[in-house]
Amino acid sequence: MSILISIFWFAVAVVGAMALGWLFRAFVVAVSPQRQAQEMRTAPLTASFGLLVILIYVLVAALAPIIAPFGESEVVGGEFLPWDSTYLLGTDNLGRDMLTRMIYGARNTVGIAFTITALAFFVGTVLGLLAAVVGGWLDQVLSRSVDVLMAIPSLIFSLLLLTIFGTSVLSLVLVIATVDATRVFRLARSVAQGIVVMDYIEAARLRGEGKWWLITREILPNAMAPLVAEFGLRFCFVFLAISGLSFLGLGIQPPTADWGGMVRDNATLITFGDLTPFLPAGAIALLTVAVNFVVDWQLHKSSGLKE
Amino acid sequence: MADQDNSQNRLLTIRNLWIEGQSEDKWSPIIKGVDLDLNRGEVLGLIGESGAGKSTLGLAAMGFTRDGCRISEGTVEFDGIDLRHAEPGERRALLGKRIAYVAQSAAASFNPAHKLIDQYSEAPVVHGVMSRQQAETDATSLYGQMQLPDPGQIGFRYPHQVSGGQLQRAMTAMAMSCRPDLIIFDEPTTALDVTTQIEVLAAIRTIVKEFNTAAIYITHDLAVVAQMADRIKVLLKGEEVEEADTRIMLSSPQKDYTKSLWAVRSYARAEQGDTDKGTPVVSVRNVTAGYGATTVLDDVSFDFYQGRTVAVVGESGSGKSTAARVITGLLPPSSGEVLFDGKPLPADYRSRHRDQLRQVQMIYQMADTALNPKLRLRELIGRPAQMYLGLKGKALDERVRELLSLIELEPDQYIDRLPSELSGGQKQRIGIARALAAEPKFIICDEVTSALDQLVAEGILRLLDNLQAEFNLGYMFITHDLATVRAIADDVVVMQRGKVVEQGRKAAMFQPPHHPYTELLLSSVPEMDPDWLSNLLEARAEAG
Repeated sequence: MSILISIFWFAVAVVGAMALGWLFRAFVVAVSPQRQAQEMRTAPLTASFGLLVILIYVLVAALAPIIAPFGESEVVGGEFLPWDSTYLLGTDNLGRDMLTRMIYGARNTVGIAFTITALAFFVGTVLGLLAAVVGGWLDQVLSRSVDVLMAIPSLIFSLLLLTIFGTSVLSLVLVIATVDATRVFRLARSVAQGIVVMDYIEAARLRGEGKWWLITREILPNAMAPLVAEFGLRFCFVFLAISGLSFLGLGIQPPTADWGGMVRDNATLITFGDLTPFLPAGAIALLTVAVNFVVDWQLHKSSGLKE
Repeated sequence: MADQDNSQNRLLTIRNLWIEGQSEDKWSPIIKGVDLDLNRGEVLGLIGESGAGKSTLGLAAMGFTRDGCRISEGTVEFDGIDLRHAEPGERRALLGKRIAYVAQSAAASFNPAHKLIDQYSEAPVVHGVMSRQQAETDATSLYGQMQLPDPGQIGFRYPHQVSGGQLQRAMTAMAMSCRPDLIIFDEPTTALDVTTQIEVLAAIRTIVKEFNTAAIYITHDLAVVAQMADRIKVLLKGEEVEEADTRIMLSSPQKDYTKSLWAVRSYARAEQGDTDKGTPVVSVRNVTAGYGATTVLDDVSFDFYQGRTVAVVGESGSGKSTAARVITGLLPPSSGEVLFDGKPLPADYRSRHRDQLRQVQMIYQMADTALNPKLRLRELIGRPAQMYLGLKGKALDERVRELLSLIELEPDQYIDRLPSELSGGQKQRIGIARALAAEPKFIICDEVTSALDQLVAEGILRLLDNLQAEFNLGYMFITHDLATVRAIADDVVVMQRGKVVEQGRKAAMFQPPHHPYTELLLSSVPEMDPDWLSNLLEARAEAG
């Protein structure tokens, strides 16, 4: 019986999500200019639902101080208070408001994850394309260094680096970005190697174009599709890496709110049958799914496949 | 009685065939109500430009459509069997056994992982026509009939161990393995050099006659179809233009479109005098070059003058394109040098001055890969002007518009398009505009028309010609097509295996006496005369 009920609620959630997606798509089509509207009209419901979720996260992160009922690390009541009208999601192990922490967590976790991914992509793509364009010894040096870095399991490598450099937000960003940039480098280099042999690159070289022009104007636009897809996936991985490190106590440091850390801090509640600690985990899961919906849509479009 | 005879002799009947293709979720017609009849033992030539629906129609004769296409109306009847509504199993029993297909690129159509003879035997064994043993004996005898060297052994080679022309013949032999009633040849010689083309054409013709096989021969080359077909059907945009027996069609085409196809070959520019040529704009001096240990160019010298076109002719592998790479500096020669206006150019393009790069421009064979698909025409054409001449803002915009008008494209309509929004010929025009934007003295045209249909190619040749007269440009025109040489060249350089075998004025080159290799090249160019191939083969047999 309970299985049937969970199936029912799952179905309701899926239908609800698709309905939200449909409404959001209709809304975007109505308000956006001609070209984007055309693009949006062909978007699958999953993708528009994903976009909607991402948009909500971004809004919540941006407007955190306005939305949140209390201060980020303000102790407002007793420990582990249940859900009620003042503390909508109860309080945590130190008596801070859970909802407030969730909202600030969006800002910290998502913001840092985005910064890391963007940095990893900037460094990885530039170096990868440079290696493909220049070739020769520069390619060898970069590629082999990346091979060495990739040979070390990423979690252990980040743990090692964080132990050496300490656990500030800056070192967290730099360490995970370094680890992820190696993956981006590999992808960017192999995509670009397929492009540099084209006649239009030869034509640009014969025209006397510099490397920066070759990379930004001739190669990058043609390598965008796989890189964008990879960006979505990488973003999720970074997210999980931060949460994982936070859970281990090496990520974002208290009292800064962060979803991974919140799961760890309140894990005791699970033994009492309270689902509150799962909420930050759920928030991570929902964003991951949403980002992947959008990435799938972009991938599908760039590959030119037809159903 | 006559009717009955006719219907017994009839092999393939296509009536009111409509085929639709899917593009952006819409179905649009590719073939628009075409009828086709084919008798046993008859060869029908299908000609038309690319996009005319030749290949689609050819495949439909097998009851087959490509992915994303569908037959929406009409009937395809092969020897009394309705192929359109036949069960897949029933159709499979016919394909390979009674209907066979020879694709354009044999190199791409053979499975590279299996020996030729294994691929030959597959169809007869699967269809239960022969045992494996019989199939192998049969292959040897057919390879012999196809004039393949060493027919007993060649089947035991892998596709990459055999030359392109031989591969195309092996594929024809393979199509013949079950002695089908109908073979569809889809541009079987388009990818081959003229000298190899002859061998393949002769072999196909002999074997089709020998086994009284009916054939549909698809090509865009009129002279080729004149040799092969009994009847010719001209297609344009999915519709039949006209159909007649080969000789009638060649001597008196009825429709304007057909006449225009016929007329292309007659384009030739005015002969240029040999007046004071001055210093050569580019001259190649005793250049030897190669990749690694292989020498591709062996002590080659020739000159290019402003306002004149030098056609560099030869088969693939003769070193034509390598010569272009040496001139542009992509491949530094191992000895010899390239002079520009009498002064030596640095061997490597990276050490050339920007102005030296500007003076030598290149137009590529495949406009598809030569234009960055993500840049708009404004930037594609504007970039050289911006880089070399320092044009900006309004001046740049005006220059781009001027260039677009020069290549006969309406500026307002095209300036913000992407290359994917252009046709093949228009893309090639953009390639020309990009070269012109640098205001060079010398342009290398590397097979610029070989990927284009004849009508479109003629437009490009005319354009190049006008631009040369207007800007006094020197052209190096690399081609393997002697008809193009006749149309555009002032001087001709004939290359074979990295050496220049003959060079001189065009008029002299097309007049005997020739170097034996030039003679071979010249005599191998198909002519519109339907007896040309027979006469040529006879003459060659007598001579050698």
